[in-house]
Amino acid sequence: MSEVEQSGFAAVAVAPDDGLAVSLSSGSIRSLVVIPAYNEEVALPGVLAELEIGVPDFDVLVVVDGATDGTALAARAAGAFVAELPFNLGIGAALRTGFQFAARNGYDRVYQFDADGQHDPGQLGQLASALEDGADMVIGSRFRYGAASYDVGRVRGRAMGVLRLALQLLSGRRFSDTSSGFRGFAQPAIKYFAASYPAEYMESVEALLLACYAGFDVVEVSTTMRDRAGGRPSNRNVKLAYHYCRLLLTMLTSASLRGRKTERLC
Amino acid sequence: MLTPRAQALVVLIAVSCIGFIVRMVRRRQIKVKYLLLWLIVALAASVLAAFPRGFDLVAQWAGVAYPPTFLFLMAIAFLLFVVIQFSWELSRLEDRTRRLAEELALLRLSADQTPPAARTDGSAAEAVASSDAKTATS
Repeated sequence: MSEVEQSGFAAVAVAPDDGLAVSLSSGSIRSLVVIPAYNEEVALPGVLAELEIGVPDFDVLVVVDGATDGTALAARAAGAFVAELPFNLGIGAALRTGFQFAARNGYDRVYQFDADGQHDPGQLGQLASALEDGADMVIGSRFRYGAASYDVGRVRGRAMGVLRLALQLLSGRRFSDTSSGFRGFAQPAIKYFAASYPAEYMESVEALLLACYAGFDVVEVSTTMRDRAGGRPSNRNVKLAYHYCRLLLTMLTSASLRGRKTERLC
Repeated sequence: MLTPRAQALVVLIAVSCIGFIVRMVRRRQIKVKYLLLWLIVALAASVLAAFPRGFDLVAQWAGVAYPPTFLFLMAIAFLLFVVIQFSWELSRLEDRTRRLAEELALLRLSADQTPPAARTDGSAAEAVASSDAKTATS
């Protein structure tokens, strides 16, 4: 077979069975774990080591979102691909960078994964098999029946209820966990989000809405979250109300553009 | 009614505004297109100061009993328009900066580490082309 040079990268001839990227079940599926990370040098090495053990065939891309600590160094030392954003742009932009990388390098699957150790690499298999069954996008839900209880606190819990309701009204579909950061994407969704992944705050909810509007088959599987291994939660209660209002507005904007080819919102 | 002294004051303010903006343009600190915008504003202010009668007539024609309120209304509407235009431009710039930052991150990655070989089915080139096209049209 001959590999031609594409997308500006120097092409390296790779035999399909060299073990560079082999999925759990099929040898031809290439998977990429995308980890947006901002100042996560404490937790990241452990997460990467776990991924190496849990899913050795998956490539890992750490998108360092303008970090001021040794996050990039830690990621490179662990052998992951590292894309360093020159300044902090938020998770949305970091993820879009990941989708761009995946689209340009022809990955079939992208898994969004947290840098702080909340997600269990062992559960990537559940996401993978949902995509295998034909889903375009799969969400690892913390609240679905069967998932261990995940305590988010009263204020956040209520706010998440509002989001759930809003999403149900706007998309006509019911999701138990609209803001989970543990997700998997198949190729159509990868290409779509490489161009249009929202960069607003709490983009995960809007991304879900956009995926519904784009006609993707979105499914949920139950997953459990662990305690954070390090770092701090990025949501603070003080700012939460403002951001939820902003997010609702963003979602309404998306809804009003439904049907049109929504490339992006700014 | 404006006294000659008040008129002179308005013209003085307008002229110094123009001087200040021209200086910034010459230092390449702001673009010529903004010079044009503020030149027109300063010119309009000077004309109004010189011939306040004319403006009174316009206000009367518009059905406003007290001409100064009409002036304020016009000024606020104009400034609102300018600010909205700036918001639009700021959003666009922010979006472009973000795209550039993402692109830079990916380029640095491809310079530092050898990325996996791209597929040969054209999907990669397609994705790049579509994102380029969008940047051009936005």
